[in-house]
Amino acid sequence: MALQHIKIGDWLTILFGCIGVVMLTLKLWNGELADKALIRSGGKIFREVPLSNNQNIEVRGPLGISIITIQNRKARIASDPSPRQYCVRQGWLQQAGEIALCLPNQVSVEMIGSKKQYDSLNY
Amino acid sequence: MAVKNNMTASIIKKSNAPLPSRERGGGEGEKVPTLLKLKTTAGDHHIARMAAVALGLTLIENAIPTPLPGVKPGLANIVTLIVLARYGWRVAAWVSLLRVVAGSLLFGSFLTPGFFLSLAGAVCSLVVLAFAQHLPTRWFGAVSHSIYAAFAHITGQMLVVYLWLIPHAGIAYLIPIFATAALVFGTVNGLIATRFMHNADMSDIHTIEKQIESQT
Repeated sequence: MALQHIKIGDWLTILFGCIGVVMLTLKLWNGELADKALIRSGGKIFREVPLSNNQNIEVRGPLGISIITIQNRKARIASDPSPRQYCVRQGWLQQAGEIALCLPNQVSVEMIGSKKQYDSLNY
Repeated sequence: MAVKNNMTASIIKKSNAPLPSRERGGGEGEKVPTLLKLKTTAGDHHIARMAAVALGLTLIENAIPTPLPGVKPGLANIVTLIVLARYGWRVAAWVSLLRVVAGSLLFGSFLTPGFFLSLAGAVCSLVVLAFAQHLPTRWFGAVSHSIYAAFAHITGQMLVVYLWLIPHAGIAYLIPIFATAALVFGTVNGLIATRFMHNADMSDIHTIEKQIESQT
């Protein structure tokens, strides 16, 4: 085995390397949990609701009513009149920066954390 | 070992030599043909040999399929590490940069983004190695050098990717993957280099012992 050639400083380097990689991974991969949900209708901000209260919110769009459910610090679009139901199938949103769009009914829910994160939509 | 006169080009004028045929025709007055000759030293040949070995390892490495573009073992750096330990930073820098340029010519990637990524990685590694080589050898070996160089390598590459190719914060999601690869491959390459040098030292000792035995 080649292990006997590793000197004490090398072990320290490996150790600090491991710690560094783990910290980097935790920092970069664990997205921040959202505090608020921003609901837009027809491009305008409809309501900004905190995730602390469990509630159902009805938003009227050109096709009908979309129902947004907030429960256990998560949010989802529970029902929507859009034909393909993409935003409903997206399911629960929890992390800051996540977004569900119901384009036909012009309704969207965006999760907001304490600071704005960049993604391909708002970059 | 200090390498002097690297790639010194000297122009040798030979006034007595016969004129080349294409210059003979429209010749007005006397033309002195110039002969460009590269004077190479034994040190240059040594660097070229080492770079060729590194190039061979790059070739082998390119045949290995990778799960993600950019995650490569960097086998050629084993040569850089050994050269650094044996002949110093200057020779290691020559070998490393020659390998990058010659490798890009070999794979047809000269002056493409891939070439600049390799170059950035190699330059950053060499800068870090310039400092890391001064670590006390009692406690730090090639494994440490390799890991520091590997981290410097991906740092340089990520900087080029972010500042030039993909100026988007989204590439931060890839950093943990590259950092893990750097740690793993850095350690493995360092171990290979250390093991190689250890074996070479052992064989040196054996030959010396045999010489002593034959003399007595």
